Amino acid sequence: MLETLRVTDAAGQLRFRDPAKARELAQALDRVTGEVGRAPVSVMHVCGSHEQSIAKFGLRSVLPKTLNVIMGPGCPVCVTDVPEVDEAVVLAQDGIRIATYGDMLKVPGTALSLADAQSRGANIDVVYSAAEAVELARDTTDEVVFFASGFETTAVATAAVVLADPPANFSVLSAHKYIPPVMEIVAEMPGTKVEGFLAAGHAATITGAAIFDRFVERHHIPVVVAGFEPLDILAGLVKLVELVRDGTPRVENMYPRCVTPLGNRNAQQQLWRVFRTVGGMWRGIAHVPNGNLRLRDEFARVDARRKFRIDVQRLRNNAPSTLTQVCICGDIMAGIASPSHCSLFGKECQPDTPVGACMVSSEGTCRIWHQYGGHPDL
Amino acid sequence: MSATTKPGPALTGRDEIVTLKHGAGGRAMRTLIQETLAAGFLTGPVEGIGLAAMDDGAALKVGDRWLVVTTDSHVVHPVFFPGGDIGRLAIAGTVNDLAMMGATEPAGLTCAVILEEGFRRADLERIQRSMLETCREAGVTVITGDTKVMGRGELDGIVINTTGVALTDRVVPDSGLKAGDRILVTGTIGDHGIALMARRHAIDFDAPLESDVAPINALIAGALAAAPGAVTAMKDPTRGGVASALHEMAEKSGVEIVIDELSVPVHPVVRSASEMLGLDPFHIANEGKALIGVRPDYADTVLAALRAHPRGSDACIIGTVSAARAGRVVLDTGLGRRLLAEPEGEPLPRIC
Repeated sequence: MLETLRVTDAAGQLRFRDPAKARELAQALDRVTGEVGRAPVSVMHVCGSHEQSIAKFGLRSVLPKTLNVIMGPGCPVCVTDVPEVDEAVVLAQDGIRIATYGDMLKVPGTALSLADAQSRGANIDVVYSAAEAVELARDTTDEVVFFASGFETTAVATAAVVLADPPANFSVLSAHKYIPPVMEIVAEMPGTKVEGFLAAGHAATITGAAIFDRFVERHHIPVVVAGFEPLDILAGLVKLVELVRDGTPRVENMYPRCVTPLGNRNAQQQLWRVFRTVGGMWRGIAHVPNGNLRLRDEFARVDARRKFRIDVQRLRNNAPSTLTQVCICGDIMAGIASPSHCSLFGKECQPDTPVGACMVSSEGTCRIWHQYGGHPDL
Repeated sequence: MSATTKPGPALTGRDEIVTLKHGAGGRAMRTLIQETLAAGFLTGPVEGIGLAAMDDGAALKVGDRWLVVTTDSHVVHPVFFPGGDIGRLAIAGTVNDLAMMGATEPAGLTCAVILEEGFRRADLERIQRSMLETCREAGVTVITGDTKVMGRGELDGIVINTTGVALTDRVVPDSGLKAGDRILVTGTIGDHGIALMARRHAIDFDAPLESDVAPINALIAGALAAAPGAVTAMKDPTRGGVASALHEMAEKSGVEIVIDELSVPVHPVVRSASEMLGLDPFHIANEGKALIGVRPDYADTVLAALRAHPRGSDACIIGTVSAARAGRVVLDTGLGRRLLAEPEGEPLPRIC
């Protein structure tokens, strides 16, 4: 049974959804954006949950016309690359039970998604947490592989179960990603328009806000850590554009009710004891040095990549669907294009028949736009 | 097992097999019905409202009055849930569909029951008592019926179909909204779906939440009588929730509807549970609520009539109809505006 839901939590949340305060912040944002003295001003958020809130509360319709809030590579499911999905599909086809988050099922691989493999008889379990995957392994003698995705926040949960002496039939296929390096990639992209970053509040509860100090020093681009309620986002944007206007790049923490400068040291220790960073492709973005989290050598016993010989070549003989060549998810996640620029969006590519990964996850830009209508002209 | 080529998504959007999304009350369901079950019946000679209208029921001209007919099959898991059971649902569902056509005095109901071998007699008796009680509440009785038993595993427990008939002087269609009309809701939204989902997933709340399942024909009768002719359209937001019902009304009426989210009544438990499970209360089913379109000058009169009834005490004016862009439903969140989309398939808790 899940925990008892506390109804009083909702009342607390409503404090950060006050329309009068939102109007004040929107006016401030308008004024500050005007004071920058050139247009447009472009900033990027790197978190699917930020886009969820912006879309759900209709915030795009109140953002200044001259402020371009770009959706960055903020959905960990969307940036999971084809070879990682292929590894999971091959394991599933070889009769191994795959436990994973529901969003991962529809992510397209070379030939098949996990959902396709499931409809062809593979044994896939949807779990809500890493701990649930371990429980699954304890209840069976089958090999259970936890296909783990997510940024720092969920990676810590995976690390915790790896450290808690899981059963011998449990292992992890890590598709975990690490956010700070991809911000470097975006900042260094030739012709990048990004003048400031809105950083994800939940990841920063683990890493601390100070982790962005070096990034700011190196790139002279301000970073503001923001929460996920509408007022959090608007206040974060006001602060970010102020820093752009003043030409004073620094890190500001606008989510102090959850985020500290140094973060959760205990969680960080667990994270880095279990994982190390390696370079790898992020779907649609680029090769991201240090962008992927893989298990350290001492946890080889729990690492599905070392426990099993995974031969993904057999999937490669199938040509990918021609539609995937038309898909522009990469440009969308890089902030160069919007879903409305894609000829497949809302037509061939729909939530129940996704072509690209951005339509798969509930945090994917295309999926969010499809659900809420990314049309600012309302 | 060898890897096979994944077929690309079908360009026509036609599915080879029926899936759960076709039963979710949204666009996929309407398209499937129009393309298969209703094909050939859509242009049949009917004086009044027939299948082509895809309304809550049909209306046939009898003398100078209208005979309204509606039918509904009921399956629900679990059969007994907080605030009701399948028997109450089967009676209220059909009584409410009649009421949504303006026929608030049902003349009688039929009841067909299919049972699975192994179904407990005590449960059947409990369901029957609930049906009887709900019929009394609605001022109606069951006038004929049918019973079948099927083998174990051939269906899930019990299926109940009810058909209702009623006479009325004036039919209220889904399609009658006009620019300027106000949209009213008769109470809090999402109670039924969240109460069931909580029971299915064994989620506990620190405050009670019950399904709103109830016959609301008396409530609707009061609203219609308060301002004769002023109610332009009605729909009960069952499967697919308020979002699907508003889309149907906007499309059939050829109007735009703008909803003011802050005036939509939502029970605090439904709000919390939706936040936590990643659900949208606008997509969640209701079984004792109605969306009512009213001419602007009479909106307050109808609202007062609704609030005077115990089942309408939380009624609110939640939106406005405009001629702007036909078929569109816009949500004003108080913080900005966005399109209110129809749900895709069954609402599932967000996982990642």
